[in-house]
Amino acid sequence: MPYIPLEDHLPGITGLLEYRKDTAEPIRALTQFLLRGPSSLTEGERELIATVVSYGNECRFCTAAHTAAADILLGECDTTGKIKEDIFTAPISEKMKALLTIASQVQKSGKAVTNESIEKAKLTEATDIEIHDTVLIASLFCLYNRYVDGLSTVTPTDPNFYKGLAERISKGYQRLPQGYDHLKNK
Amino acid sequence: MAHIQVPDGVPGIRSLVMFRPESGQYLYELAQLLLRGESPLTEAERELIAAYVSSRNECVFCMCSHAAAARHLFKDKKQVVDIVLDDYKTAPIGDKLKSLLNIAGKVQKNGKEVLPSDVQEARKQGANDREIHDTVLIAATFSMFNRYVDGLASFTPTDPKAYEEMGARLGEKGYVLPKQS
Repeated sequence: MPYIPLEDHLPGITGLLEYRKDTAEPIRALTQFLLRGPSSLTEGERELIATVVSYGNECRFCTAAHTAAADILLGECDTTGKIKEDIFTAPISEKMKALLTIASQVQKSGKAVTNESIEKAKLTEATDIEIHDTVLIASLFCLYNRYVDGLSTVTPTDPNFYKGLAERISKGYQRLPQGYDHLKNK
Repeated sequence: MAHIQVPDGVPGIRSLVMFRPESGQYLYELAQLLLRGESPLTEAERELIAAYVSSRNECVFCMCSHAAAARHLFKDKKQVVDIVLDDYKTAPIGDKLKSLLNIAGKVQKNGKEVLPSDVQEARKQGANDREIHDTVLIAATFSMFNRYVDGLASFTPTDPKAYEEMGARLGEKGYVLPKQS
């Protein structure tokens, strides 16, 4: 049960974003820009960063949601499982291994990011913007994971819930213009 | 030296939002709404939560700048800021604020650390839904800012005077996106 009254039909983050809509706006816009905006990283790669961080923070809601979104955007369900086991043996580029390493360090603390891991990323030709965005996406998911779990929001157990959510967020993170009343009694 | 090519000599988050203003505008907007927007918590109390979380994350830039903003806003009671950062349990602040700082400290570690008993205690001390919500969101937001600032090794001034000026600016003007040079 959430610690504050949230709408029953909006588990996880959505109920929180509807609870306080003014702060939700820049949070949504930032997420839209970082995960769906113009970037030299694919949308699938950026969802992998969100997945690795949420998994590291043991936030089950965000991990399930972003795993499902990455699966849709990558067009396969293999990579998301493998990056959770071991970044270095996962079927991803050397650059993504280096960036996911940085993201995992950020998940622990900003201070945990080492010069070595930054150098390694630059050796794989990661640009400053890619490194910047990786750090900011990882930091943003440290916000989300704490927001979702810190207020004890509901984590659905039905995998179909995350499929539906992932279809929505694979298209974007902006609030639906019509709101979320259509999800009632679903 | 910062890990990426940010403008020289510009401290902390300002250098990062000048590097990437597209994301920076939303970060400043969020800080302004959370710390200066409408809330049952005072601006001084909210800056105190931000400074407390930053101190626990050992983010020197964020801790010093938000502690300075809190001191500016607490005015003649500014000494509470340093007592809170040292040990909030001994600080001359209300029990409600203490119970909210307890929740903020749990959020700093991990969202799951916040237990029903922590929230019950806050409610017993008179905290309402919005105060509990805003405390968790401020603590979560500073868990982001601290990582952003330190994860990219942005410049952290060491002169206390620099922070005093920053605190006065944040106290008077709030969070205004720096102009591009």
